[in-house]
Amino acid sequence: MNFTDSAAATDDAAPMHRQSIAAHARALRRRDYSSVELTRHFLARIAAAEDLNAFITVTEDRALAQAEAADRRLAAGDENSDADAAPLLGIPLAHKDLFCTAGVLTSCGSKILSNFIAPYDATVVDKLNRGGAVTVGKTNLDEFAMGSSNETSCAGAVRNPWDKTRVPGGSSGGSAAAVAARLAPVATGTDTGGSIRQPAALCGLTGIKPSYGRVSRRGMVAFASSLDQAGVLATNAADAAIVLRAMAGFDAADSTSLQLDVPDYPALLASARAESGKPLAGKTIGLPREFFGADVAPDVADCIDAALAQLRALGASTVEVELPNSAAGIPCYYVLAPAEASSNLARFDGVRYGHRAADAADIDDLYARSRGEGFGAEVKRRIMVGTFVLSSGYYDAYYLKAQKLRRLIADDFRRAFEVCDLLAGPTTPATAFELGEKTRDPVAMYLNDIFTNAVNLAGLPALSIPAGFDRANLPVGLQLIGDYLDEATPLIAAHCYQQATDWHRQTPAEYA
Amino acid sequence: MNAADTVDAAAGRGAAADAAADHAAGQWESVIGLEVHVQLKTRSKIFAPSATDYGAPPNTQACGLSIGLPGLLPVMNMEAAKLAVRFGLAVGAQINRRSVFARKHYFYPDLPKGYQISQYEEPIVGAGALEIDTAAGPKTIRITRAHLEEDAGKSLHEDFHGQTGIDLNRAGTPLLEIVSEADLRSAAEAAAYLRKIHALVRYLDISDGNMQEGSFRCDANVSVRRVGDTALGTRTELKNINSFRFVEKAIDYEVRRHIEVRESGDAIVQETRLYDADRDQTRPMRSKEEAHDYRYFPDPDLPAMLLDDDFIDAVRAALPELPDARRRRFESDFGLPADDAAQLTAERAMADYFESVAGADGVDAKTAANWILGDFAAALNRDGVGVEQSPLPPAQMARLLQRLADQTISGKIAKEVFAAAWQGEGGVDAIIDARGLRQVTDHAAIASVVARVVDDHPQQVAQYRAGRHKVLGFLVGKVMQATAGKANPSSVNQILREKLGGAD
Amino acid sequence: MPITREQIARIAHLARLATAPAETTEDAEAAEAEEYAAQLSRILELVEQMNRIDTNGVAPLSHPQQLAEAALRLRADEVTETDRRADYQRIAPAAEDGLYLVPRVIE
Repeated sequence: MNFTDSAAATDDAAPMHRQSIAAHARALRRRDYSSVELTRHFLARIAAAEDLNAFITVTEDRALAQAEAADRRLAAGDENSDADAAPLLGIPLAHKDLFCTAGVLTSCGSKILSNFIAPYDATVVDKLNRGGAVTVGKTNLDEFAMGSSNETSCAGAVRNPWDKTRVPGGSSGGSAAAVAARLAPVATGTDTGGSIRQPAALCGLTGIKPSYGRVSRRGMVAFASSLDQAGVLATNAADAAIVLRAMAGFDAADSTSLQLDVPDYPALLASARAESGKPLAGKTIGLPREFFGADVAPDVADCIDAALAQLRALGASTVEVELPNSAAGIPCYYVLAPAEASSNLARFDGVRYGHRAADAADIDDLYARSRGEGFGAEVKRRIMVGTFVLSSGYYDAYYLKAQKLRRLIADDFRRAFEVCDLLAGPTTPATAFELGEKTRDPVAMYLNDIFTNAVNLAGLPALSIPAGFDRANLPVGLQLIGDYLDEATPLIAAHCYQQATDWHRQTPAEYA
Repeated sequence: MNAADTVDAAAGRGAAADAAADHAAGQWESVIGLEVHVQLKTRSKIFAPSATDYGAPPNTQACGLSIGLPGLLPVMNMEAAKLAVRFGLAVGAQINRRSVFARKHYFYPDLPKGYQISQYEEPIVGAGALEIDTAAGPKTIRITRAHLEEDAGKSLHEDFHGQTGIDLNRAGTPLLEIVSEADLRSAAEAAAYLRKIHALVRYLDISDGNMQEGSFRCDANVSVRRVGDTALGTRTELKNINSFRFVEKAIDYEVRRHIEVRESGDAIVQETRLYDADRDQTRPMRSKEEAHDYRYFPDPDLPAMLLDDDFIDAVRAALPELPDARRRRFESDFGLPADDAAQLTAERAMADYFESVAGADGVDAKTAANWILGDFAAALNRDGVGVEQSPLPPAQMARLLQRLADQTISGKIAKEVFAAAWQGEGGVDAIIDARGLRQVTDHAAIASVVARVVDDHPQQVAQYRAGRHKVLGFLVGKVMQATAGKANPSSVNQILREKLGGAD
Repeated sequence: MPITREQIARIAHLARLATAPAETTEDAEAAEAEEYAAQLSRILELVEQMNRIDTNGVAPLSHPQQLAEAALRLRADEVTETDRRADYQRIAPAAEDGLYLVPRVIE
């Protein structure tokens, strides 16, 4: 692995919280600072940025204990502490509060799990712990990851560090706000219909959702099992590559986990740095016509056009492609995701764990009131939609119809990838909207996912990278979509783009 | 999945005639389908890594997945798939190369996830058939399908001050649900079918079939119609009938109830009912009052199960000989009467026992059958133990029959030896020696006892010689008494006849 | 399709969801149901845009891994998790003598 990270946010003059993971790894090994010092630095920033409401739980004591253990490993200097073998040793990070963490509250942003101390670690958490990463806390999210603004959390809304009157996006809004405000170098997220990419776009971050099955779902509380996939929110593609590599891989305890070796993403990024200045030569980027319509805000469209010009300057060619059924993406998604959610959330019934209503008259009263009190309005809406579309008499017209459309949507992508290596377009039609702007209108909220959720329906890898700012100085995200199992191509494109631009280095003034 | 839903009205193939005889009224026939739930004999659960042992303290075998902890995911147990395929092959069913797990939703406290993982549209085992014996001869009962699913936990309603206690140890235990077509025309046929399935699953060693422990359970779909009608009547479903005795009584009661309701001009309400053995009647189940809407859909945590030919061939290769084939072989190879062969093959352990006894040198198969179905079966029955727990291993039973055949002991002594061996007194030969039971076959020794008996009983001798040959038995008895039963009875007979005849 | 308050009641019961807090009045409950009905109607209107696309003869796709014809992995029949009852019941709302307790259930 090559740690010469010219693209990362590193110049040695920058403060500690703006250094890349590779720079931290070097500094820790040079004893410039210890993991405990690094961890304390971020814990202090978290404490100072409480108004963002990015965290549900800050695990200060555990973090310091983990940091001390990491420092011991670093001091031992054996092969276990080698930067190639353990690139995350001593590096602080935050987990979306949808991942189970043993002995720590795992609330999913829901009142129904407001007392749920998970008795085990998610596979992702376990892998990162083993890699020596330091967990500073659990980040806020839309309740059970259902939302695009992080306003449905029972822990309250998260604010966007670029403009605290605006949303950070969702559902991984806490992770996005935390990384954007440099409260943690990196955070995990989950993406069911855009929940990593949309907040990454709205907060000016690099967020990757890998191919379905690349990262174990064990211990990630399920929202929609055929769509959910864990990923990373980072400040740059090189960092994202390091963390993704550490959390990905086969897990025998997840029947949908892919039994494949994980590519060495950081090495692939390093090797893509061509001396010619045309590192993307030979790569064809498909531009789906449907992603460049009138519904994209003009500032966003301008930034995307400029980003595409930059990618062409790096050697890539572009070609227009069609995803003729993409208009069906939102309707299809809002049948299938609620259907699966209504099933996945049936286990929260107040019997074995979680919130139980007081003084229930009988078992049905206990169920209805525990769930009625425990779930917020958006979760209830989705459970009801899901229950309805699966119910007798409606299954064919809704659920089965949506499954057929899912096939058509996946086929569209397959055809597109016959003529290109990756797809590009805006991650969202507009930049961050104001808190409260869309909470009364679920449908308006759903339309945020218009460019992201078809990707989940097809199980493809995709990421969002910062591609400029609108006139209100709000970040714009460029989405890069890879073919199935090919995270490397969009990651490499993102990395090359970030070597040539500095959008990803921009930090909200208050958190610089 | 209800058999009555899927069966077409012409199902019964000539059954109407049988059925007419079954009902006193003569004009109604019952139409019955069974759903049999068989717990598969696996060490771990179908999707979870915890144990399936019966009787563990509550919730000590309820792992994270079994209690529905968020985030934990199902992983399919290969053994459960093998056992299901084994059953499918045994009933000549189609084995589906592709089957799909689906979620079946309902809320009940012993169902921890709020859904049961089952198979719905694409089960692992497709259509097959089973032959049962009825009063009117053999009858083929069609099997619609058999699918894999997970069991629920248990609700305990006693002793918790008005609350219900939930034990999830059983949650996730693999079940094979075997669904029959509505081909059964009487409670007796239903019971015969259930017995046949029970014997088969034990034969195949896919389940212990223990009804008391709930590893073999049965629901029945019952309806009646006028003989000659082709349309099915409204059915009711009888839940959880947990003994062979009750299945017949419960169905009989329900059929009578249907007929009474129909004859009084009322309609049967389609509902789920529970059989109350104490009152010998059925009643509607309160918890099932509302119509269910199970909202099945393919489980997104589990890709389709794809079984290749290698998998199925390996199961087929390991398939034991099936009861019907074995019965036919017992008739042809051992020359056993049909009844003996049927009784011996009803249970695999019994058939195995018989084969190892009858296979020993110098053992006559028919004698072995008589002993095993006679004294041996009686002793098992008396002590309430199974063949596997019998204190007399097959080798010792064979030894006993060898000693009988080589005239070391008589049939009467053999019963004594059997009883002693059963009580654990030791091996057959050791008992014979220790008790001095070796039969006397020495001609001279018997002849001297015979001479003494003849001398001692002149009156009986005279009667014999006067033509009252029945008195011979008395004299034989005296000789046997004098030799403590050890004289070879046929030698005694022969010598006595010679002696009495010779003096004539 | 427009969803009625009665349908909301049926769906909410199927999903065991009390849509309004226990102490609310009947009027407030009705208003709550009315609001859910309106929102669900809007959402269904959105999803019914599916009908603009003809899917005759299209095979349903329930899972992205179906595209790769991924087969279910079968595990060996082994017991690898032993008793953790104490851990699990520590987070239970009501447990006694090793059992989870719920209000009495009548069969």
